[in-house]
Amino acid sequence: MSAAPAVSPALDREQGLALLRELLLIRRFEEKAAELYSLGKIRGFLHLYIGEEAVATGAVPALGPEDALVATYRDHGHALARGLPAASLMAEMYGKATGCSRGRGGSMHFFDAERRFYGGYAIVGGGLPIAVGLALADKLTGRDRITGCFFGEGAVVEGEFHESMNLAALWRLPVLFLCENNLYAMGTAVERSQAQLDLSLRAQGYGVPSESVDGMDVLAVREAARRGVEAVRGGGGPYLVEFRTYRFRAHSMADPDLYRTKEEIEEWQKRDPIRLFAAVLREQGLLEDAEVEELERSVAEEIDAAVAEAEAAPWEPVGDLLKDVYAA
Amino acid sequence: MTTMTYREAVREAIREALASDKRVFLMGEDVGRYGGAFAVSHGLLEEFGPERVRDAPLSESAFVGAGIGAALAGMRPIVEVMTINFSLLALDQIVNNAATIRYMSGGQFGVPLVVRMATGGGRQLAAQHAHSLEAWYAHVPGIKALAPATVADARWMLPAALADPDPVFLFEHATLYPLEGEADEPGGPAELGRAAVRRQGSDVTLVTYGGALGKCLDAAARLAEEGVEAEVVDLRSLRPLDLDTVLASVARTHRAVLVDEGWRTVGLVAEVSARIMEEGFDLLDWPVRRVCGAEAPMPYAKHLEEAALPSPDSIVAAVRETLA
Repeated sequence: MSAAPAVSPALDREQGLALLRELLLIRRFEEKAAELYSLGKIRGFLHLYIGEEAVATGAVPALGPEDALVATYRDHGHALARGLPAASLMAEMYGKATGCSRGRGGSMHFFDAERRFYGGYAIVGGGLPIAVGLALADKLTGRDRITGCFFGEGAVVEGEFHESMNLAALWRLPVLFLCENNLYAMGTAVERSQAQLDLSLRAQGYGVPSESVDGMDVLAVREAARRGVEAVRGGGGPYLVEFRTYRFRAHSMADPDLYRTKEEIEEWQKRDPIRLFAAVLREQGLLEDAEVEELERSVAEEIDAAVAEAEAAPWEPVGDLLKDVYAA
Repeated sequence: MTTMTYREAVREAIREALASDKRVFLMGEDVGRYGGAFAVSHGLLEEFGPERVRDAPLSESAFVGAGIGAALAGMRPIVEVMTINFSLLALDQIVNNAATIRYMSGGQFGVPLVVRMATGGGRQLAAQHAHSLEAWYAHVPGIKALAPATVADARWMLPAALADPDPVFLFEHATLYPLEGEADEPGGPAELGRAAVRRQGSDVTLVTYGGALGKCLDAAARLAEEGVEAEVVDLRSLRPLDLDTVLASVARTHRAVLVDEGWRTVGLVAEVSARIMEEGFDLLDWPVRRVCGAEAPMPYAKHLEEAALPSPDSIVAAVRETLA
């Protein structure tokens, strides 16, 4: 495991504001989703990414448009960072035909072929073998593409994690394993469910280079993801990055959140990724209060438009219930 | 006319696919250096190399899932799982991913994957190598399930499966590999989803698939000696089921005996029976009879295993009941 650099590299103003906007977009999108859930506009399971925004915001842009991304059921941040339009995600959660999965998937199963977004997987660990296969296809065809694969720390004790790490390492496949360690597998704390808490040792067990970074620091995330992409691209084989993060909200809207203390949550909220990054920008003289207001305004506008589009969008006709079970 | 074994027919189908389509590769346990647990892929490693005849570790979930991922990225993987009992380790990938991705993605992605596996009893391999669990796969919308019972189907179902845009499962009954037969028919990729009448008859319809086809033909030959002409329908495709062919036969014979090595309870032919009842009730002169695997884990001892599986004797006895 290599340590993240202590000093973040210089940031230009435009990049800084773009990162802050992405963080804000995910946060406000999630807040709106929670609100719409309470109103009954969104149903099913809804897993919010609030608190973890720096991970997707920093890591996903390290992949190029030609690369592939495999996500988890907590996929809103992954999808937004990959450039899926907020309107198509909102429509998906409404169950509308204009949703990114035509209303078939809902919150947990966003897909987008055009952006090589291979879906949110809701069986913990289930996306990892898929990522291995996407990477295998690239290796077999000699394409210079890599596959990023998100999973939570809960997946690390699934057999599919171990099988996939072994396969990716054995075959030197271009997979960037992106572990979002938010310390809880639903309500079970990692120290109550895992005999080995040092993920780098697990990676080492397969000969996979890895590093752990502060998942609340978007710049540290970005640098780690870039190192990972660099290591994987060009035949270096798999690489694993662990992002140490925390979700501020409950596991899902159905979770009464009784398994952790208010103090613990508040302690982590002091390291809110948005507040942390805004402070860095201010320190470097790259951010004025007026700009924050402007970003908030443009994000709110985008989300309001997404909601309006979702509201107005058509339902898929019931006659199409069996469409796409098989190719026509 | 080309005569070969069932094993050679599958190998020939794989070889042709590897030679003609760069997207195709074979992946599974012992498919390369060992030559396949049933010697199906013998020689293919030497011919096509280790990238395209790819030995996989004992990681059924990961290598079946990798097949799904590779298919999503445009490849045409043939994944071999050694036996159907082992395939249970990959059921998450099969049921939760392969079968759902096209639907769940609103039709954006497809999984043109072929998975082959050996199935069935008859070799004294006891309760973890010899079950017939095809019905579990046939239960799942989003995948197709085929059971080649003849050398020709062993040869020609695979190219058809590879040409299909959806995940197709091929269940090869392990006792069939040494079977010799004619491989020319139909002489091109088989039409998927169609049953076939393997023997014509007017007195009773035997509906079966896979490893039980031979037993049904044997039973039919014995019945013929008694003056009873049995028609034998080979389902070939377990999902989708071709009920038209079954019903057309029952319309001629008015009696149906369904034969399946799998367990009777909630089994594959239970579905066939229900569909005959729903769509062909008036055709029947006698209730549908089933001859299935005994409701027990597969035993090792030869006499017990024989008793656990359908046999020409038990099929003949069931037919006689319908003629009583």
